[in-house]
Order: sequence, then structure tokens, then C-alpha cells
Amino acid sequence: MAHAEQTHDASQYYFPHGSRLPFFGSIALFVLMAGAAATLNGAAIGGWVLGLGLVLLATLFFLWFGEVIRENQAGLYNEQVDRSFRMGMMWFIFSEVMFFAAFFGALFYARQLSVAWLGGEGAKAVTSLLWPDFEAGWPSNGPGALGPREDGSYEIIPAFGLPALNTALLLTSGLTLTIAHHALKSGHRGVLKLFLALTFALGFVFLGVQIYEYGHAWRDLGLQLGTGIYGSTFFMLTGFHGLHVLVGAIMLVVIWLRSLAGHFTPRQHFAFEAVAWYWHFVDVVWLGLFIFVYWI
Amino acid sequence: MSIAKRMLMRSAVAGVLAALATMPAHAGWDLLNMPKGVSELSREIYDMHMIMLWICTVIAVFTFGAMIWAMVRFRKSKGAVADGKMLHNARLEAAWTIVPVLILIGMAIPSVEKLIKIEDTSGSELTIKVTGYQWQWHYEYLGTGVSFFSRLARDSDAARQKRSGIDPRSVEHYLLNVDKPLVVPTGTKIRMLLTANDVIHAWWVPDFGMKRDAIPGFINEMWISVDEDKPGTYRGQCAELCGADHGFMPIVVDAKPPAEFRAWLEQQMAAAAGSRLAATE
Amino acid sequence: MGEHGHGPPKGIVRWLTTTNHKDIGTMYLVFSLVMFLVGGLMALVIRSELFQPGLQLVDPAFFNQMTTMHALVMVFGAVMPATVGLANWMIPMQIGAADMALPRMNLFSFWLLAFAFLLLLSTLFIPGGAPAAGWTLYPPLVLQTGQAFPMAIFAIHLMGASSIMGAINVIVTIVNMRAPGMTLLKMPLFSWSWLITAYLLIAVMPVFAGGVTMLLTDYYFHTSFFNAAGGGDPVLFQHVFWFFGHPEVYIMILPAFGIVSEVIATFSRKPIFGYEAMVYAIASIAFLSFIVWAHHMFTVGMPLAGQLFFTLSTMLIAVPTGVKIFNWTATMWRGSISFEPPMLFALAFLFLFTIGGFSGLMLAIAPADFQYHDTYFVVAHFHYVLVPGAVFGIMAAVYYWLPKWTGHMYDMALAKWHFWLSAIFVNVLFFPQHYLGLAGMPRRIPDYALQFTEWNMVSTIGAFGFGLSQLLFVWLIVKCVKGGERATAGVWDYQHGLEWTVPSPAPYHTFEKAPEVR
Ligand code: HEA
Ligand code: HEA
Ligand code: CUA
Ligand SMILES: [Cu+2]
Repeated sequence: MAHAEQTHDASQYYFPHGSRLPFFGSIALFVLMAGAAATLNGAAIGGWVLGLGLVLLATLFFLWFGEVIRENQAGLYNEQVDRSFRMGMMWFIFSEVMFFAAFFGALFYARQLSVAWLGGEGAKAVTSLLWPDFEAGWPSNGPGALGPREDGSYEIIPAFGLPALNTALLLTSGLTLTIAHHALKSGHRGVLKLFLALTFALGFVFLGVQIYEYGHAWRDLGLQLGTGIYGSTFFMLTGFHGLHVLVGAIMLVVIWLRSLAGHFTPRQHFAFEAVAWYWHFVDVVWLGLFIFVYWI
Repeated sequence: MSIAKRMLMRSAVAGVLAALATMPAHAGWDLLNMPKGVSELSREIYDMHMIMLWICTVIAVFTFGAMIWAMVRFRKSKGAVADGKMLHNARLEAAWTIVPVLILIGMAIPSVEKLIKIEDTSGSELTIKVTGYQWQWHYEYLGTGVSFFSRLARDSDAARQKRSGIDPRSVEHYLLNVDKPLVVPTGTKIRMLLTANDVIHAWWVPDFGMKRDAIPGFINEMWISVDEDKPGTYRGQCAELCGADHGFMPIVVDAKPPAEFRAWLEQQMAAAAGSRLAATE
Repeated sequence: MGEHGHGPPKGIVRWLTTTNHKDIGTMYLVFSLVMFLVGGLMALVIRSELFQPGLQLVDPAFFNQMTTMHALVMVFGAVMPATVGLANWMIPMQIGAADMALPRMNLFSFWLLAFAFLLLLSTLFIPGGAPAAGWTLYPPLVLQTGQAFPMAIFAIHLMGASSIMGAINVIVTIVNMRAPGMTLLKMPLFSWSWLITAYLLIAVMPVFAGGVTMLLTDYYFHTSFFNAAGGGDPVLFQHVFWFFGHPEVYIMILPAFGIVSEVIATFSRKPIFGYEAMVYAIASIAFLSFIVWAHHMFTVGMPLAGQLFFTLSTMLIAVPTGVKIFNWTATMWRGSISFEPPMLFALAFLFLFTIGGFSGLMLAIAPADFQYHDTYFVVAHFHYVLVPGAVFGIMAAVYYWLPKWTGHMYDMALAKWHFWLSAIFVNVLFFPQHYLGLAGMPRRIPDYALQFTEWNMVSTIGAFGFGLSQLLFVWLIVKCVKGGERATAGVWDYQHGLEWTVPSPAPYHTFEKAPEVR
């Protein structure tokens, strides 16, 4: 583990000297992935391996972040290290943006090109020879009218019901988080703690609404992952977004607990900022979803 | 030995090796280059290919020439002293940015023209729907009721089994023969509709110049037209990895003069009608 | 070296826990060499089966597994890790940093990659075998993969995570850790090329991860991304794949461009010609690489406008690449050239990469590509840019920096043998494949019609010759690590860059106090 006993003046960059965690983490992810693969392949032990992988991964995060927090509290990080962390986080978020871009790309491709072709419009209109009865339009579950219902019908969730409420929830949480940040910078710890708590509470309410909405879609609307390309893009985009909200909310809880424990100074609070960026990123993705998946 | 001589030696060795290996080969240039083919499109494509090849060759002569010249002329062992002040030269750099752009524009113009022509399927007189299966082709002459499967010939299939003990050289048109070829009329613009039933395949006969994917659930179009004076048998292969037997789904096209083709088609139509009748009885 | 002078722990623990950039670089390089041999052996299986017509050695299904795994292993296991290893070793030394910016994450990147390959390679030993749909993983065919399917996809996820973390590390290191005075435009071209490569990686690896995730859900959770009946399109996957895949090929070549720039300058005893133009050229290539992807898909039946756009944008890449080629030539011009092993490899790169670039340009012309596509002409193209391109670039780097790493000079005569054999056989191996492709031999087939026999034989002979020559390389490295004539700090008689100011072997910790850069 880190040789924290070394002396580090502020001008010197802190390098951890040796750590078991990366190797351990690789094993954790390997076990997780092998377990997931085994589960999908229908192997009986798959679930156990997967579970073990999850436990190992959780442990890893606990240990890893714990170590970083300890080092930070011990004052081992100078400004340059802080900058490294910030840049790292920024580029990590950029990579997440690109991950979502793949799914947005799929959505646009389906809406603009493939569904049109299948319905006999555009450059590959001859395709409609194969699907004479299909008419292009959006939403669509394709010429095969795929989905859980016998007659291939399904309903969609209107944008200006719960999704609009969810939009309001997330936007508000962005606001509360900003208030918390300002409070932190001006040393109002009470406001900080309160508004952080509000932020993740809003996040969890968002998730609750989302889960309710999923249940409704799945059971009552005939809208499932298998409901053609609409169901696919709908659930994959909102699903990965929801996962990110969950992760973000957990991170918010962690920094809330750390604020309670008196961590962070008005000048140095990288972890807080990283989580805030992440939360704003999740916010922005949601706006994209609201517009392109629910609304237009 | 000097570096230039070595470089020469190297290419000489490679060349000799290559030449030796071709000795038993049948035709020389045919096997070294793209076929000119038997259709307007294939010739256009061949011309495009040759234009590119020659332009690249000329550029290669200049760039490689300059490199070799530098390697010969500015060798330390010959007492060359480095000119450490040669850091950049705006004129020169502008020149070798602009000249390639001009060359590329020169290449782009014919290629755009040809592309537009290739993509124009209008005015066709016959439409054939081609469906790829793992691992055979299905052909349907739209509007005639004639359709059939076409798969690897039996003798090739026997010989291609692992350690079959059959010498491929003893099989006529090894791997390039089918049980029932596609028959097309010469001198006719034929529109091909390509699709597939399971995975993606690609329909390709080099002599016709065109290759296009057959994608399940979608239809792609292309057109071919065999020269009037070039009836004959033309062979190709599936050109998109489609599973274990991807290498074993050849395409054979019999191009017949229009009159012969019509006779063939009528005979097939009669047979098809006959079998439909038999099926309904 | 002050209080940091203590060396690494001993034994295996060192390699499991080290956060030292040099150790991690070494692990990457060794891993890469092993994978090169593994992927090469698979290539030899391919070439052996193709030695003559008829099926002698393997089943068609296994042949396809070999093709697929050969490519995945070479691309993700050999070439990319090699360049990451070089980045780890050299970037901190070139920019005057003490280490990579995020050392623990650095180690994580490496071990994640190792475990990703454990997962991927283990598919060779499960019932049904490894993935066999080509490294491009096109659906619907890839959905016919057996149990290997989820394993391969998760392995790709792990590799992706590893690459992204590696790329973040490079960016942060270069942007944040440069020694005072080391402005961006003073930075050696190798570091520059990697900075831009890292941006490419971060932008495209997640897209690839998203694409394979869609494959997974299409198969297991009945989504319809690539299924026409549900409104999707198999071709959508190809767009996603090549949006990643095309930049990926530049991810493999840009670091080699950087290396070649350093090597040619050193052995021409002259600073690189047109340094800034070189930087802008790399940046333009990277930018263009995002808007040319569908040149791999001219035959899928794209709308005409799409084909025109992708033909023209692809052709443009020749311009910045040409700038690089011409600048390298100009660097040699009025230089004082000598032909040490790194220079030999760099020169072979110059010629042979250019040949591969020319065939690339021919492929970019959509009408002509209708004939070339999915034939051995394409195989010849990409092996020219990858083997005497990327791989020779990496070998040049090894010969250039090996004395710096080990503190020993290597056996020059042996290195020259390795060079000449490699350079000759690589042409015997891949040049005939141009002819095969033009004559109409499709790629990814285990058996072929008789007219293709002769050139296939030549190519296979070349493959064994090239493969055996690589044994010299392995042996040379082992010898050099074990001992040899002591290397000086400067190693070569003309140097540029901070890495030559530290002793050879480079001490375990370099630049704990940032060096002054004028
Ligand atoms: C390192 C990897 C690498 C590199 C650098 C390149 C470089 C290029 N590639 Fe290649 N390519 C691959 C790896 C690479 N490629 C791979 C792996 C595949 C196949 C994948 C698969 O299907 O499995 C492929 C396939 C591929 C295709 C698809 C073919 C098909 O499947 O039908 C095309 C088509 O446009 C193409 C084009 C190009 C072009 C235009 C360049 C250009 O960057 C080349 C530019 C260089 C030059 C042109 C030479 C130097 C320039 C001058 C001397 C200046 C003057 C020149 C002129 C004005 C002409 N490549
Ligand atoms: C960086 C990438 C890279 C590299 C380095 C190589 C290197 C080689 N490739 Fe590669 N290849 C690809 C990337 C690469 N390839 C890709 C992307 C494809 C497309 C896959 C697809 O279609 O999906 C492909 C496909 C491909 C094919 C076409 C397969 C097909 O379409 O069916 C062939 C056939 O000849 C081939 C051959 C070779 C050979 C002989 C080498 C040689 O350079 C290898 C040399 C190395 C060794 C031989 C190993 C070293 C030596 C030893 C282990 C010692 C033992 C040796 C002996 C006993 C002789 N490759
Ligand atoms: Cu059908 Cu390949
Ligand atoms: Cu490309």
C-alpha cells in the first residue's frame, strides 16, 4: 500500500508507491464479467459468480476511494495532483458522453433511415417489396410488429406526464446541487449538508418515478425491450441513464457523508466537484432523452 | 554493400522469387491485375483502377526517388555533414500540400462520374431477385414465376471436405461451379434485387464489375449488363463472411444471346407452371 | 535520488503492485510481444491451410475462428499494448515528469487488459470454440456464435475500459505534468502523436462498447437494433463499428508516426523538418478519421450521396499523410545519415507504409472498391500499413530505446539480420496478396479455386520466413536484457529530447525534481 510516511512538501507531486488494489480490481471485474457470461450462457453457477463479482467490485470501490480519501485528508495532494484528478474526471465524463452517443446514433439512424426504408421511402425504398404492408412512421416496432402483445400493438408514454415531472425533478436537483456548492465555497456547512441531502433525495425520487413508469410500460402498455426498435431505443437509453442516476445518487450520498464528517474545504474539494460534474452530465443526458425519446 | 544496392538487391530477390513462383501459372498479366470484364461497368471500373494505379506509381517514383536519393547522397559514411539549419520551408511545404490536393481532385472527378452511372438502375429490361442463404443462392425472375436455388456443384463439394483424398486439381472449376447456374441475356440492362434470408452475403462476379451486399430484411439494387458479343459462363463467389461455408457458395452466370435466353426462360416457365399444377393437384 | 531512492519490491509482488511507469511499460511491452507470437501463430495456421487448395489441416469453422482471433489478438493484444507500453516508458521521460499522472489507474489499465485477454483467449477452449464472425463482428452472423459470444463481448468491454483509462492517463500526464518550460510546441513528436491518439481512444472506445452492448441485448433481451423485422438494420452495427474501427486504425499508426519522426531525425543528425506542420498533420488526420468511416461499407447499398461523401473525405486523408512522408524525406535531405537498426526499420516503414497508403487510396474510390472490397487486395492493403507500418514502427522504437531501458547495447549484427529478413519476407508474404485480390480471391475463405494456388504458396512461404525471423528479435531482446556492452546516457551520437539526459538504464525514478527546459 501507499508509503504515506514519506515526506512530501507542497511542491512535490504525490505518487502512491505500490498498490494491491488495481490487481484486485481486475480480478473483481474479471469475476464479474465471467459470471455475467456464464449466467447468459445458462450455467447454474453463473449467478453465484456474478454475485461474488459484484461483492468484490463493491469492496474494491470501498477500499480504493477509502485510500484516496485518507491520502487526501492526510494532505498528501498538492494542487497539481488535484488538477490531475479533475482532468481525469472530465475526460471520463467525456467518454461517457460518447457511450451515450452510440445509442443516440442508433435512435437517429432508426428514425431517419432504417424505418423509412422498410416502409418504402428514401433511397432503399425497394425494400418494401419484402414488407408490403408496413408503413413508416415513428414510434415504430417494425414491419414484424414485434412486442409482447398478440396483435403487435403497444402504447407509448406521453412526454408531458411523468417524464415532464422527472425533468423538473432532475433540473431542480441540479439547482440544489449548485446551491450546495456555493454554500461549500462560502463556508456555510449547514446549507451544504441540507442541499446535498435534497439533491440525492430528488435523485432517488426520480428513480422511483422511473421504476414506476417502467412497470407501467412493461405490464400495461405492451412496451418492453422487445417492442421493436422503439422499445429497444427507449429502454436502452433511459435504462443506461437510470443506471447513471443511481451511481450519481450513491456518489452524492458518499460526499454528503463526507461533509457530515467535516471533509472538504472551501478551496479544495475535488470529490465534491467531480460528483457535481457527473450529476450535471446526467442531467444533460436526460434533457436529450426527454426531447428525442419522449417528446418529438 | 551500400544501402541503395541493398535495397535494389532486396527488390530483386523478391522479384525473382515472385517470378519463379508464377512460372507454372497459366496466364501472366491476367493473374496480376483486375479483369477488364465483359460489361460496360466492369470496363469503367477497370479504367478507374488503372488511372489510380498509374497515378500512384508516378507519385511513388517521385517520392521513393527522393528518398533513395537522400539515402545515397547524404550518407554519413560518405562524409555528409548535417545542415542543422534546415528546419522548414514555407514554399516547399505549401507545394507538397497543394499538389496532392490537385491530384486528388483529378482523381475525384472521374470517380464521381462513374459512381453516378453505376448507381442508376433506371431503364432495366429484366429484374432478378437474388436471395442469399447459408450457403446457397436463390434466384427469382420477377414476374415470370421462375425461381430456383443454386449451390456448389457436387464434385467440388466432395473434394473440398477435409482430407477428402480427392485432388482439387482433378475437379473441373473447383469451387467455382454450381448445380444450376443463373441464366441472363446478353446486351440487356438487368436490375438485380439483392436480399438475404439469414445473414449478410454479397453477390459478386468479377467480370461484371459489381459487388453488392445481400442484407436480411432489406433490398439492395444494382444493375449489370453483359456485352452483346460476349456470351459465355462467368464465375464469382460470395463476398461477405457468412459462416463456416462462406468459401463454398459460388455464383455461376450463363450469359446467352437474348433469343436463346427467351427460349430458356419459356421452357423454365412451362416447367414451373407444370410443377405448380402438380403441387395443387 | 533522495528519500525516493528505494528500489522496487522483489519478486512477483513487484509486478502485481507496482505503480512505476517503467515497470508498467515493461509489462505492457512483454505482454504485447507474447500476444504478437500468439496472434502470429494463428496467422500461421491460416497461412498453412491456404498453402494449397483443398482442406488439409482445419475445418472451415475453425479457420474462421483463427481469422477472427488473429485480428483481435494482433490489434488489441499486440499493437495497441505495445504503443501503450512505449507511452508509459517514454512520455514521462520526454516531458520531464516523474511518472504518469495517475499511477494506480495506470496499473489497473494493464491488469484489466491482461484479464480481458484471459477471458477472450479462453473461448478457444470452450465447446463451440472462439468467435468466428470476423473481427468486425457483423450481425446477424455474430449472433450465431455459441457460448463464446458473451465472453468475447465482455472481454471487449474490459479492453475498452482499459484503453480509456490508459488514454485518460496519457492526456492528463501530458497536459498537467510537463516540466517547466516544456511548452506543447517543444514536446517531442512521439508524445504529440500519443496525445492525439489518446483523444481518439476516448472518443471511439465507448462507442464500440455501446455497439457490442447492442449486440448483446439483441441476442439475449430481444431488442431490435440490428433486426429489420423490428425496425432496426444490420448495417447500423457496421456504422457503429466503423465509427470506432476507422479511428482505431489511426490509433495504431499515429504512435508509429511519432516514433519514425524521432528515429529519422536522430539518424539524419538533424532536427525534424517542419515540426509544426507535423503536429498539424497528425491533428488533421485524427480529425478526418472521424468522418470517413463508411469507406469500409461501400457495398452495403448506401445512398449515392453517402458514397460520394465518404469517397471524397477519405481521399483527403492522403494530404496530411503526404505532408508527413515529405517532411520525413526532407529531414533526411542534407542530413548525415547512418543506418543503425532503428533507422533501417524507420526507412522500411517509409517505403512500405507508403505502398499501403497508396492501396488505401485506391480502395477509397467507391467504384473501384466495388471490385476490391472483401478481397485479398484489402488484406494486402491493411497488412502493409499494419505490419511494415505499425509493427515496424514499434520495432524501430524498441531498437531505438532498448539501450535506454536495459542499459546495454544490443547485438547490432543480429538486429541487422532481423531487419533484412523481416523486410524481405514481409514483402514475399503480403505483396502477392495484391495480385490474389485483383484476380478475384475473396478474403476469409479457407479454400480457394485453383488459379489462386501459386501466389498463395508464395505468401505462405513468406509468412513462415517472416515468423521465423521474429525469433531473432525475441532472442536479441533476451540477450540484451541479460547483458551486453554498457550503454552511455546519450546512446546515439546525435540526440534530442530529455530521455537522453538521464543515465542508461534509466533510473527507477526519473525527474523527481523537474528538469529545466530552455
Ligand atoms: C494502420 C492501419 C491503417 C492505415 C494507416 C490505413 C490507411 C488508409 N486506409 Fe485502410 N484499412 C485498414 C488499416 C489502415 N488503413 C484496415 C485494418 C482495413 C480493413 C479492415 C477490415 O475490413 O477488416 C482497412 C481498409 C480500408 C478500406 C476499406 C476497404 C474495403 O473493405 O473495401 C479503405 C477504403 O477506403 C481504406 C482506405 C485507407 C486510406 C485512404 C488510408 C490513408 O490513410 C492512406 C494515406 C497514405 C497515402 C496516400 C500514402 C502517402 C501519401 C503521399 C506520398 C502523398 C501523395 C499521395 C497522393 C496525392 C495520392 N482502408
Ligand atoms: C496489427 C495487426 C495485424 C498483424 C500484425 C498481422 C500479421 C499477420 N497477418 Fe493478419 N490480419 C489482421 C491484422 C494483423 N495481421 C486483421 C485485422 C485481419 C482481418 C481479420 C478478419 O478478416 O476479420 C487479418 C487477417 C489476415 C489474413 C486473412 C485471413 C482471411 O481473410 O481468411 C491473413 C492471411 O494470410 C493474415 C496473415 C498474417 C500474417 C502471416 C501475419 C504476420 O505478420 C505474423 C507474423 C508473426 C508470427 C508468425 C509470429 C512470430 C513467430 C513465432 C511465434 C515463432 C514461431 C514461428 C514459426 C515456427 C514459423 N492476416
Ligand atoms: Cu455467403 Cu459468404
Ligand atoms: Cu478505414
